[in-house]
Amino acid sequence: MSRIEVATYSKLAERAGFSITIEKIDIALFKLSNGEVRAIENHSPHPKGGVLTEGLVSGEYVYCPVYDWKISLRDGKVQAPDEGEVKTFQVDIENDSVYIIM
Amino acid sequence: MNKKKLVMIGNGMAGVRTIEEIIKIAPEQFDITIFGKEPYPNYNRIKLSNILQGDTSFEEIIINTVDWYKENQIQLYTGEAVTQIDTELKRVITGKRVVEYDELIIATGSNSFILPIPGADKKGVSGFRDINDCEMMINSSKQYKKAVVIGGGLLGLEAARGLLNLGMEVDVVHLLPHLMERQLDPIASSMLKRELESQGMNFLMEKQTVEIVGEERVTGLRFKDGSEVDADLVVMAIGIKPNIEVAKNSGIYFNRGIVVNDFMETNIANVYAVGECAEHREIVYGLVAPLYEQGKVLANHICGIINAPYEGSISGTQLKVAGVDLYSAGEIFEDETTQSIKVQNEFDGVYKKILIRDNQIVGVVLYGDTKDSTKLFRMLTKKEDISGMTSVSILQAQEETGDIGSMPNDELICGCNGVTKGVIVDAIQKQGLTTLDQVSHCTNAGRSCGRCKPMVSQILAHTLGDKFDAAAAHKISICGCTTLSRDEVVAEIKEKGLTSVKEIMNVLGWKTEEGCTKCRPALNYFLGMIYMDEYKDERDSRLVNEKMHANIQKDGTYSVVPRMYGGVTTAQDLKKIAEVAEKHHVPLVKLTGGQRIGLFGIKKEDLPTIWEELDMPSGYAYGKTLRTVKTCVGAQFCRYGTQDSMALGIELEKKFERLDTPHKVKMGVSACPRNCSEAGIKDIGFVGIDGGWEIYVGGNGGVDLRPGDHLMTVKTQEEVMEMTGAYLQYYRETAHYLERTSKWLERVGLDHVRVVLANEETRKALNARMDKTLQKYVEPWNEAIQNEEIQEKYYTNHTILVGSESK
Ligand code: SRM
Ligand SMILES: Cc1cc2nc3c(=O)[nH]c(=O)nc-3n(C[C@H](O)[C@H](O)[C@H](O)COP(=O)(O)OP(=O)(O)OC[C@H]3O[C@@H](n4cnc5c(N)ncnc54)[C@H](O)[C@@H]3O)c2cc1C
Ligand code: SF4
Ligand code: FES
Repeated sequence: MSRIEVATYSKLAERAGFSITIEKIDIALFKLSNGEVRAIENHSPHPKGGVLTEGLVSGEYVYCPVYDWKISLRDGKVQAPDEGEVKTFQVDIENDSVYIIM
Repeated sequence: MNKKKLVMIGNGMAGVRTIEEIIKIAPEQFDITIFGKEPYPNYNRIKLSNILQGDTSFEEIIINTVDWYKENQIQLYTGEAVTQIDTELKRVITGKRVVEYDELIIATGSNSFILPIPGADKKGVSGFRDINDCEMMINSSKQYKKAVVIGGGLLGLEAARGLLNLGMEVDVVHLLPHLMERQLDPIASSMLKRELESQGMNFLMEKQTVEIVGEERVTGLRFKDGSEVDADLVVMAIGIKPNIEVAKNSGIYFNRGIVVNDFMETNIANVYAVGECAEHREIVYGLVAPLYEQGKVLANHICGIINAPYEGSISGTQLKVAGVDLYSAGEIFEDETTQSIKVQNEFDGVYKKILIRDNQIVGVVLYGDTKDSTKLFRMLTKKEDISGMTSVSILQAQEETGDIGSMPNDELICGCNGVTKGVIVDAIQKQGLTTLDQVSHCTNAGRSCGRCKPMVSQILAHTLGDKFDAAAAHKISICGCTTLSRDEVVAEIKEKGLTSVKEIMNVLGWKTEEGCTKCRPALNYFLGMIYMDEYKDERDSRLVNEKMHANIQKDGTYSVVPRMYGGVTTAQDLKKIAEVAEKHHVPLVKLTGGQRIGLFGIKKEDLPTIWEELDMPSGYAYGKTLRTVKTCVGAQFCRYGTQDSMALGIELEKKFERLDTPHKVKMGVSACPRNCSEAGIKDIGFVGIDGGWEIYVGGNGGVDLRPGDHLMTVKTQEEVMEMTGAYLQYYRETAHYLERTSKWLERVGLDHVRVVLANEETRKALNARMDKTLQKYVEPWNEAIQNEEIQEKYYTNHTILVGSESK
């Protein structure tokens, strides 16, 4: 397990996706309106794929920008009636640094 | 006082309707708990056919939202099946909990009947009963080509139509020589078959399926006669089997379904059954109309109200397949005791048969023209004596517009919910209803299959007379996050002076914290429209294309389409585009349908650089705004040109570019009626004539092709600009978000718009608001190049090297 510093907390914009690539893994980081930060794989589980960073963020969810699936940023689950799941990553915040545990 | 505990097993249409009735009668009497095996709130199962056919979405078919259960303090457990009923200790048991009841309703519906033949459990074999089945079919259609539906009844044909719409090849296998043999006679059934064949269905009649073949997944079917057919997907729609599993080991008496008396009581005290799982006088019903009648009787009974017993129902059948108009009720076959009236008009594809016994109508079969179905059904159920009537008057088609005034009060309007004209009129008058939604809510009319809505709306119009406001009557809420309509939200914003998306949601009681992809962009638009140049646009409430100022493609790359005003370019600009394309290895350079050049397949990180190198304004090929103004060469070069179309096109494009509009707006300018710029299918089109311009509006070249209507002819270019500004601003202020001008114009009416534009004062005011709005826009690509914050927030990908940072 490693803990990787990926961003500066105070510089993250609210309700916007921050895209990072770590070792070929694309990750979308989101700072929610309540200040929490969530990280999920930047790839929609829709059969035709698509990125998530540019999606509309609403509360604890992001809407896939390409096919409008609603995805939970808490557990990565696609909301009914669609189905699927995106990988989530644990996030740590310490002294204004944002870390991803993977 | 301790409330009585009411538990219901099954969260479907009949059960939840019963609960609704109970709450209406006695809102405080029970503590209600509902268990539903499916992971959804109660939805309109009937509309699964429409989902498959692509007419509606899952969200739109939810009948009772999760909030409805909360508001009525109903404890709902979804995705949780009751496995056992202990009638001794009066409790139900699930995998997760044990719950006690004082009264128990079983409303478990039914399951698809699956043929007990070898291979029926293979992958790709399904019934047609719930959302799951529907999703399975939709997903299969994306990967596979050939579907076989077993069963040529209502459900089978609706499934087959849906699968055709999903792009599959469809065979329908039917055991008997005639389709829908329980509802249609052979004549009507062969007319139906011919129609469906012409829609692309293939029928395999008189075939008995004996085996489903394939490895893990189905690859075909084998019939009793030894023949075989290929299949990647098999849908069994041969009937339903009452779902009585939970009742079986609990001492509850059952036959085909759970046996109930005329008050829906089972043989065990305090245990009731309703819906498709119940068997009443040896009949198990499979349409909602009778089930809702049962629900009503049960609700009254459980609440201790003395009411008439349920004595069974006759119901009429219709098929929800576009292009097919059929209706059937009661008996369908002649015998020695019946007389019949028949009309068969092969030319028009119309067939009508009325069966009469002892001067009463006992059966109706209509094909091709079902306008009389409500009248005939009333005569049938009321057992009207028809001895004084002529066959012509019995069969006389009511006029399309139907004289609502002369329609008897007991005429059934909503077959599904048993609602008569009288009940609707009464509700409108006594409760002051003005919208279709309200009528549905108060009377239930229109809440199931939806077929009766046009009639309900006519009754509403007739009853309200002058007070009827068509636009208001068909109020629909913006999205699932609110019950407010577009007009209500806009009025509230103005009245309460709401200034941000967040404030609107807070003050107007949004059901979600931060809205959804339907309401957020809409609210952001409304604010910008109302406060003109004062509102600070909320970029993160826009959807991806407008947020990024580029069009996202399926792989997450973007396209770049620079402006080329009026489709006119220069050698210099072409060189620039060519250089950029070459330098960045742009995967595709293409002329767009809007007279300009698009660069496709660009990574988001590269967008700012490319924009900078192009040094051209954004063509907004991605926005709800003015897209292109397509022009023909016109009088500057063309021998027929009477006007300078390029100059007008460029002036229009320069003036209105970047303007936010409810949906995209396209224009075309031609210099003569040959109309080489296709101005007739643009949102606004201009055709030059000798001494003036004809203005066309409401054209559309997209999904619903529509020619523009001639709005007016004006003399000068100044007048063109003035009318266009006023017209566009009026559209901006009154359209629903995402309503194209073609739909908007049809809704508000061309004449109405003419009246608005005819008034000079109004025109001036509209143009003043337009000009004020236009002041606020800045060129977005240039802004992004200049502003590092924007670049960092939207256009940067951060690559992180692992190794040193990790610990
Ligand atoms: C690039 C272009 C196709 C082309 O290769 O020529 C195009 C591309 C797209 N069109 Fe279009 N349309 C293009 C001309 C048209 C035209 C023809 C025209 O404008 O003369 C039409 C029919 C005319 C009309 O709109 O009335 C057209 C009717 C649509 C529609 C249906 C609109 C409707 O109201 O029915 C959509 C869907 C929508 O907007 O909801 C659409 C949506 C789209 C989107 C934006 C789909 C999307 O959201 O991803 C496509 C983006 C592709 C991409 O990867 O960038 N496109 N689209 C054309 C760009 C013109 C331009 O320079 O701006
Ligand atoms: C595709 C399709 C089209 C149709 N078209 C029409 C039409 O045009 N007109 C018409 O009148 N009717 C139509 N119908 C029929 C109509 O939908 C049904 O008659 C109606 O839904 C029956 O209501 P119900 O409450 O008895 O059963 P359901 O709506 O099936 O509800 C029963 C619920 O109970 C749940 N359940 C079962 N067992 C348990 C358990 N042990 N614990 C917890 N929950 C359980 C089930 O999962 C289900 O959700 C159609 C049906 C289908 C499938
Ligand atoms: S017609 Fe338009 S929307 Fe459809 S694929 Fe072509 S570019 Fe895309
Ligand atoms: S007739 Fe089906 S909802 Fe009214």
